[in-house]
Amino acid sequence: MARNIIDLDDIASVELEARSRYTHRALVCSSTGCLSAGAATVRSTLEAELEQADRGQDVQVVPTGCPGLCSRGPLVRVESRGPTTTHYEQVDEDAARAIVRDHLIGGQPATEARITPEDLPFYVKQHRVVLAYAGTIDPERLEDYVAAGGYRALSKALSTLSPENVIEEIAAAGLRGRGGAGYPAARKWKLLHDAPGDEKYVVANGDEGDPGAFMDRTIMDSDPHRVLEGLALAAYATGASLGYLYVRAEYPLAIERLERAIRAAKRAKLLGRNVLGSKFSFDVEVRVGAGAFVCGEETALMASIEGRRGNPELRPPYPTERGLWGQPTMINNVETLANVPAIIDQGAAAFAAVGTEASPGTKVFALAGSLTNTGLIEVPMGIPLRDIVFEMGGGIPKGLAFKAAQTGGPSGGCIPERFLDTPVDYEHLRELGSMMGSGGLVVMDETVRMPEVARFYMEFCRDESCGKCAPCRVGTVKMHAFLDRICRGVGRQRDLQHLESLCRTVRETSLCGLGQSAPNPVFSTLEHFRDEYVELLVEDEVFQGPEALAAASPGGAR
Amino acid sequence: MSRRPARPSVPVTIDGEEHLAYEGETILDLARRVGVRIPTLCQLDGLSVYGGCRLCVVQTEGDHRLKPACATEVTGDLEVTTSTHEIREHRRRIVELLFAEGNHICAFCVSTGHCELQDLATEHNVDHIHYDYEYPRNTVDASHPKYLLDRDRCVLCTRCVRVCDEFEGAHVWDIANRGSESRIVAGLDIPWGESESCTWCGKCVLVCPTGALSFKGRSTGEMVHDPEVISFLSRARREGEWVGRKEQV
Repeated sequence: MARNIIDLDDIASVELEARSRYTHRALVCSSTGCLSAGAATVRSTLEAELEQADRGQDVQVVPTGCPGLCSRGPLVRVESRGPTTTHYEQVDEDAARAIVRDHLIGGQPATEARITPEDLPFYVKQHRVVLAYAGTIDPERLEDYVAAGGYRALSKALSTLSPENVIEEIAAAGLRGRGGAGYPAARKWKLLHDAPGDEKYVVANGDEGDPGAFMDRTIMDSDPHRVLEGLALAAYATGASLGYLYVRAEYPLAIERLERAIRAAKRAKLLGRNVLGSKFSFDVEVRVGAGAFVCGEETALMASIEGRRGNPELRPPYPTERGLWGQPTMINNVETLANVPAIIDQGAAAFAAVGTEASPGTKVFALAGSLTNTGLIEVPMGIPLRDIVFEMGGGIPKGLAFKAAQTGGPSGGCIPERFLDTPVDYEHLRELGSMMGSGGLVVMDETVRMPEVARFYMEFCRDESCGKCAPCRVGTVKMHAFLDRICRGVGRQRDLQHLESLCRTVRETSLCGLGQSAPNPVFSTLEHFRDEYVELLVEDEVFQGPEALAAASPGGAR
Repeated sequence: MSRRPARPSVPVTIDGEEHLAYEGETILDLARRVGVRIPTLCQLDGLSVYGGCRLCVVQTEGDHRLKPACATEVTGDLEVTTSTHEIREHRRRIVELLFAEGNHICAFCVSTGHCELQDLATEHNVDHIHYDYEYPRNTVDASHPKYLLDRDRCVLCTRCVRVCDEFEGAHVWDIANRGSESRIVAGLDIPWGESESCTWCGKCVLVCPTGALSFKGRSTGEMVHDPEVISFLSRARREGEWVGRKEQV
């Protein structure tokens, strides 16, 4: 077995030696956000300028995953021998030329380009586990991941740990599902491990669909091998022989990079038959969704993988009893799996040292909305919401006041200002009528009207309802109609009453989580911002009794 | 499907009364056997469980969510409440939603008087609805020589889809689109009459709970469905009730 480790070490040392020949490395973010801001042009400009100056052999230009500060992209980071690192932001073609001229050739930071301060709270308050290599490695090269310490956990597990040991380690770490509900990962793994049968499946759920959320996308397109390694470890621990990566079609870059990663891992014997020379065999396939939010629900997801219509099914039986093609199956969120290599490699204690007792570890959040800095952050569980919004997010631009933070997407709720000091973890957010969700965090300023926020999320749920069960199929249409009437200023008191009673019915009677949680944005905005609804109402028509009619008639009462 | 054990053995309380249930029996099966009424719509004995109409939701002791009686198997010492004020309110709202969603004009319907949706409305005292009607622009498929599909009256229970797939093995029907756009289509959305897989067996018409599927030539109130035929076929097949099967006679 020792051979395995040497193999990985070989790859790493060759890679590191190659790197040491360069005086500078220019890391250009090539994740979806920066690419859409023009990172590809920045990268080609850097390469062309270096070529022209004939310094290509001294400087390496590396496309990387996402460092996180999406609102200031394209981001370029220059690593020099020494070692020093300089972060450049909002790099355009001119700035790229200046970086080459002054920094990569001249050796001094380019003053013409914008440099991100080193002590920016956005970066220093983060604790990166899942995103440890995002922004520092080339996601399209296996060698980069291995050189950074990748696949060490898989090698360690295969050579020294039994499947039961792996599950124990995950249990000791207290890892909880990052898809939103926070179910203990080890318990699910144990269920699949104990399920009878030889044919078992593990699935990585990358069907992130909440408006404003891009955590899983970034994990997949910035560090695809980490997801693969996590999935392989899950398969080893549970006895599965085939894994699926279910990714929505809207994430073409993630799909491309995951497929590339699978091919590279197979070539390196990190996937396929007899992984790293062990008895463990494991294969992975990518399955692309067709753009339905409901396919993030695990039974609908399995139907979609099987090639059927993505409708949720009744549970029980749970997937660990009867899943894909009737066989035991386990579905984990991409971020959950991406935590696994770190736990196995560095140990459960190191993982659990961060975060809170009930929610150990970190959580990736997609910061969006009315904030100075938007992008992707990974923070310890239990960090106060205020720190995220005002320190890391840099507060609300234009001097506007904070109004609410929305977490959990269309299944979550809004958190008003007075709860800003709440620690962010599963239990506290649920107490506030919101939820952790997969990690979308949308900040709203004082100009936002909360009934309109509720209407927006209800419109989303209405459009994404699969139509299988009546309360969700028709209920979301009707809840949206009531909200729309209220927002347009023509709603009456009774509309609000019917809205609330309908919300209860949809929550209590819908078939799957999408329907059951669809009323959450209404409940939470009503709880914290009821005044805003009431202000928009017009008075009910009062029934005119015969006396009143008679009194109002020209002849007076008779 | 295996045959039922000889004796019921699982103690279950329904609305305060104790009963013995067979193992693997659903709450709905038991309730029907002991004469407790739980309203249903998409469920039909003999077809696979769908759980889409949500009218059969009941409260089970210790669960924070209501459970569909049609899909929930009994467990020992289960305590079920089938009808509270709140559950009745939920059911009434769901019936109202179904009326709001389609174009259900009883006065002109082939099935008026023999309609499960109409019966549910009566049962839940729905004499008007609290929601605006959607008045969707649905299409009628009259291309089949014998049968008629009027999507205005469809409640998307999928009985037709399931009976065609599970009994006739033809799978003519399916649901196209999603959410409020969902509708029943033949084949890959072709006129029913052009479907080459349709065997003209008419089972879909027999099981339809409303007037959505009907025999051609029937006038208002003349279309009487007979979903019991399917339940009988299923039970007969399971229990070996076929005449002439010697080992069973």
